[in-house]
Amino acid sequence: MKGSEVIVKCLQKQGVKDVFGVTGGAIIPFYDTLYDYKDSIRTIMCRHEQGATHMAAGFARVTGRPGVAVSTSGPGGTNLVTGIMDAYMDSTPMIAMGGQVPTSLVGGDAFQETDMMGITMPITKHNFQITNPEKIAETIMKAFKISTQGRPGPVYIDLPKDIQNAEVNGTIPDDVHIPSYQPTIIPNPVTVKKAIELILKSERPLIIAGGGCIISGAQDDLVKFVNATFIPVSTTTMGKGIFPENHPLSLGVTGMHGEEYANYAAINADCMIAIGCRFSDRITGDLKVFAKGAKVIHADIDPSEIGKNVKVDVPIVGDAKSVLKMLLEVFVQIAGKRENKNSEWIKKLDELKEMTHAAEERDMKEMTQAKILTIFNKFKQDTDIVMTGVGQHQMFGEHYLRFKNPRTWITSGGAGTMGYGFPAALGAKVAKPDCEVYDLDGDGSFQMTIQELATAKQYNIKATPLIMNNGYLGMVRQWLELFQKKKYSGVEFESGNPDFVKVAEAYRLSGATVTRESEFLDALKQARKSDETFVVDVLVEKEENILPMLPSGKSLQQIIGGRTVFKQTWDQVK
Amino acid sequence: MYDDAKKTLDPHYHTVALLVHDEPGVLARIANLFLKRNFNISTITVGSSTIPDVSRITISFQGDDKIYEQIVKQLNKLIDVIKVSDLPKETSIFRDLALIKIRTDDVEVQNKVMNYCNAYRARIVNITPEEVIVEMVGKPDKIDAFLQLVKNNLKEIARTGITAMSRSTINFEAVKKKKDKNAPE
Repeated sequence: MKGSEVIVKCLQKQGVKDVFGVTGGAIIPFYDTLYDYKDSIRTIMCRHEQGATHMAAGFARVTGRPGVAVSTSGPGGTNLVTGIMDAYMDSTPMIAMGGQVPTSLVGGDAFQETDMMGITMPITKHNFQITNPEKIAETIMKAFKISTQGRPGPVYIDLPKDIQNAEVNGTIPDDVHIPSYQPTIIPNPVTVKKAIELILKSERPLIIAGGGCIISGAQDDLVKFVNATFIPVSTTTMGKGIFPENHPLSLGVTGMHGEEYANYAAINADCMIAIGCRFSDRITGDLKVFAKGAKVIHADIDPSEIGKNVKVDVPIVGDAKSVLKMLLEVFVQIAGKRENKNSEWIKKLDELKEMTHAAEERDMKEMTQAKILTIFNKFKQDTDIVMTGVGQHQMFGEHYLRFKNPRTWITSGGAGTMGYGFPAALGAKVAKPDCEVYDLDGDGSFQMTIQELATAKQYNIKATPLIMNNGYLGMVRQWLELFQKKKYSGVEFESGNPDFVKVAEAYRLSGATVTRESEFLDALKQARKSDETFVVDVLVEKEENILPMLPSGKSLQQIIGGRTVFKQTWDQVK
Repeated sequence: MYDDAKKTLDPHYHTVALLVHDEPGVLARIANLFLKRNFNISTITVGSSTIPDVSRITISFQGDDKIYEQIVKQLNKLIDVIKVSDLPKETSIFRDLALIKIRTDDVEVQNKVMNYCNAYRARIVNITPEEVIVEMVGKPDKIDAFLQLVKNNLKEIARTGITAMSRSTINFEAVKKKKDKNAPE
């Protein structure tokens, strides 16, 4: 059997049905075999390798199974890098494979040779270069295992061309054992008991649920735990959707552009229970101040995240789902069914929540992203999936869209990769053809991977870009307005922006431009009815700011531009 | 200058031993980890272990407890790393090997160097009318002290870096947990 056939058979064994990629000289043998297997594996040729990686990521984020992205050597490989890095930051399972020059040429600066092992080492969970064709099967099976077990992440596999062409024994192992990689799934009951004791002593507890809860599928366990303990829940950007945002104890998202009441809770909590979150700077603000008055319980499957940023009182190593399950068990054992001891705390938060929502509604103006997304929030169904680009629209989405289900709000959280939204939405649609998939995007972000409209057309994958078009790199413009006295350096886009509907039409797709609010709902309906990708270009208010915001490096107490708790301005806190 | 010994004496220096799969690139992974996390390697030595295809790496580095904890945890995360164990200063043997080339242009200096070598139990392994090469094995602080003595005539130094071993059979896990305050008990 040919080496490339072993690779494809391994993919089959792992249940892979779609491969996203761009072919090229050094990966021809693999694509040659894919052609023979086209009945069981669909080859989706993207227009840029970055698009392929984001599609693979979108696929992975909605299913939990690794997406597969493939490129040729050299520039093909380096084009994968942004998407691999993005997946690494957001713990997204991904198998990235790149062709490589034949082993005899490796190291000699051959045509389209680059050291992909060196390049991907810091941004992958692990990487492999296959130099012995008999090890192909074992390596690929290992890669899948590493990518999905424990804290997920991308694995890169370098495939020299001669290895793909080699004749090998085609046995594929059922399972591979990696003795040096054994993540802890079940938490230590002693630490869980300590956590419950702390929780029972607290008066103002707060749960922060991160992306790890989504990855481990912990929604039911989280809801059960909260219903038993009456602890309010905020999520991180990555965790949004894990806790139904219409639940009375939901505080929405915390952190840089989070809800005021969520950040109020983070400041005033006396016990913080962080599960599957890594305390990124976007959540904590200044670490010297963060959670200083609180006992911190931190549960994560990756021990290195515990104590990395925030000093922890009770560390729990384990998978979020198992942790929540055990937390509930131990809680019931110790406290039984207890009445709501946190009612004062919850009452205060409820008041703030109500006040904030009322103030937000009062402030909403025509054609602002806040207003447009409020309309979209009412329009979208609970099963619809929203991917985003990166920038103001992303944070407006985080703030004004509400989700009830995990894996329906998907965004580039850690890396903040502009251009993520549209290809990721295509990947999501490939995985969930029955779901309506939206790409909430910006005019800047969308243009970074706009060429994937061709992929959408060619394979008839429908994802609806909703472009919040303000003619600026809006988030940077906001920073420049607030912190640099409106010195708008390098953020003006309008004079070069295309007519996005005409661009769609050039790809033989269609779309609608929205200039008035009343047109927006029609455009959404048209998009829903459409069988193929339908671009909605919304010309929004140009200089709207997403507020409140935490000025970077400042503490949560210094959040500015709020309507209730954080009414202060930059001049007052700087 | 010549303070490699600090690595075994200063409380902010740590030495760890790793057992790693002898795969291509494993050293690059470790070096890369220190680079990307902004940690500093002071010395690193690599050699075989008692297990086939498994190498033993000794790394010494500087950092407070938090950095120590992060380094150990991050090293543990590497797929090719099988075990990370601390080598506590109090209970481990530290050794360093140095080859030292010393200018000895007159007899007086040559005699002096010979005397130093006797006192420090160093061996002269090469000798020419102008210079000698001294081989010295010992605790890093002993080598540092010797280098201080001959510093005015030094031409070249090659040191292997610290290699170390715990006096008792290492209980890798126990030692790690003692240091690693966040590990579950």
